[in-house]
Amino acid sequence: MIIARRNSVTGTVLLVVLMGVTLLPFISMFTSALFPSGTYPLGISWPAHPQWGNFVQAFNVADMGAIFASSVSIVIGVVPVSVLIATLAGFALGHLRVRGGQIAFVLFVLGLTLPFEGVIVPLYYEIRDMNLLGSRWAIILPLIGLFMPFGVYWMRAHFVSAPRELSEAARVDGATTWQLFWRVHVPLARPALASLAILLSVWTWNQFLLSLVLVDNPTNGTMAGALGAFQGEWGTNIPLLSAGSLLILTPTIILFIVFQRHFVTALLQGSLKG
Amino acid sequence: MTSAISPVHSIGESHLTAAPRALTKRRARGAQLRGWLFVIPALVAYAAFVIWPILQTFRYSFYNWDGVNPAQWAGVKNYKTVFSNEQLIGVIGHAFELILFFSGVPVVLGLAVATIMRRFVTGRMSTVARTVLFLPQVVPLVAAGIAWSWMLSTTGVVDQVLSNIGLGSLAQSWLGGFNTALPAVGVIGAWVLLGLCTVLLYAGMTKIDPALYESAQLDGAGPLREFLAITLPALRQEVAVCVTVTVIAALSAFDIVYIATQGGPGDATMVPGLEIYQLAFYNRQVGLASALALVLMVLVIVCILPVQWFARRGVEQ
Repeated sequence: MIIARRNSVTGTVLLVVLMGVTLLPFISMFTSALFPSGTYPLGISWPAHPQWGNFVQAFNVADMGAIFASSVSIVIGVVPVSVLIATLAGFALGHLRVRGGQIAFVLFVLGLTLPFEGVIVPLYYEIRDMNLLGSRWAIILPLIGLFMPFGVYWMRAHFVSAPRELSEAARVDGATTWQLFWRVHVPLARPALASLAILLSVWTWNQFLLSLVLVDNPTNGTMAGALGAFQGEWGTNIPLLSAGSLLILTPTIILFIVFQRHFVTALLQGSLKG
Repeated sequence: MTSAISPVHSIGESHLTAAPRALTKRRARGAQLRGWLFVIPALVAYAAFVIWPILQTFRYSFYNWDGVNPAQWAGVKNYKTVFSNEQLIGVIGHAFELILFFSGVPVVLGLAVATIMRRFVTGRMSTVARTVLFLPQVVPLVAAGIAWSWMLSTTGVVDQVLSNIGLGSLAQSWLGGFNTALPAVGVIGAWVLLGLCTVLLYAGMTKIDPALYESAQLDGAGPLREFLAITLPALRQEVAVCVTVTVIAALSAFDIVYIATQGGPGDATMVPGLEIYQLAFYNRQVGLASALALVLMVLVIVCILPVQWFARRGVEQ
């Protein structure tokens, strides 16, 4: 008993240490954000006179309002369309089992491991030829395509296990394929749809490469892209950089804490299936 | 069950009951066509922004092209360069070194921590731990890069801790040294992926039947035997998932390196993703960049296939 309790204490201590290491970068950013702008804080230390104004300054120099609006509109452009067309395809491949669907499915699965760097060069020229460089469409359109392997894979996995008797019953009642999809199966797929939407939103919000290459103005890019640009400009001003980074992270972290159970389940299932 | 579909009107019912076979057949073919209509939007998006660019990468890789002037046919010259140029070989080598940190550390440490959590940590604590450990998964990699490059600098918290515990002589600019920069980048990647692996493995462990552990304890098995005989075999699939996700992250690393080191000092932390970007957009060697991109895509698949095969075989047994 005594050994078990001691082990339990050791286990808890180890876990707390690990959690500490996980939180360390955030704590370090927070304390350094409070030092006077332009100075070099030393490690983690509390400043004599915390400069809360750094957050205001960072908000203004980074044009945070515009960046936030841009990121939100990119997510709105990407996620609903991606979820919809991935669900349509997943339904046809997983439930309707269309002839030749296997080939299409293999084609999608092959894209699951694709590093975005593999296609970024031709994407640049493709988007240039479409005259979309620098606009939000330069991120929205490619991301919809790049999300298809995972989206279709995810939704197909759901529809494969959807009850077939239900469709047969609906067919007997004379439902068309569309009615079968929209009125019967989409409502039942709500949890899978929600998880997919959460995952795609996080991945869009955090997308850096496309934002870096295809959009030069951070106010037309994603949050991650803006953060990269902010670092490029203020990289040597540690307090301001920390304050700006924290501001950019705040919305994600708040959303994560509020919806943490959904996030964790979605990400867990996402990586298990992907 | 039928109440769920009550809004669907029964228009076709009378047809169906009286249907001769030809009609059902035609309906079946119609259903096939309609089924494909469901696939087409996804397929079009995928073709336009994934398949087409991949084919283009393949095409570019056989040309000398600066992105502006007309391209010149180069044959397999770009591929020869990728496999013979020492610098480019080094870059690919760095990607494999990163696997040690991105995959090795999170999987091994994750197994250890998850085992501890399963045995000793319960209830609220494990929920809190799950949330905290997952945080690196939702913040952009760019943020991880920024926070860690500050922490790993000479005035950062890592050196501060070292001097406080009397190891001040080890304090240095970790991302600035030729020998320490790549491992330092690896540590950032390990930080990002450790939580995901831990939580994933922990979730897998909670699914193992506790009776197995009880009977092992009755047989006098110690914690290590228990781990090797019960836990690890049962986690085959979860381990495979962790390895897959982390190996892809290591081979295609970009964000962290771009933010933390830009590939420097020298070429010490240059990785394929960043090299592709610089070759194509700064050195204007689009052909060579494309050849490297294709090699990278193939490399990822070659590394992932055995892992997947391993996981599948486990399921069949």
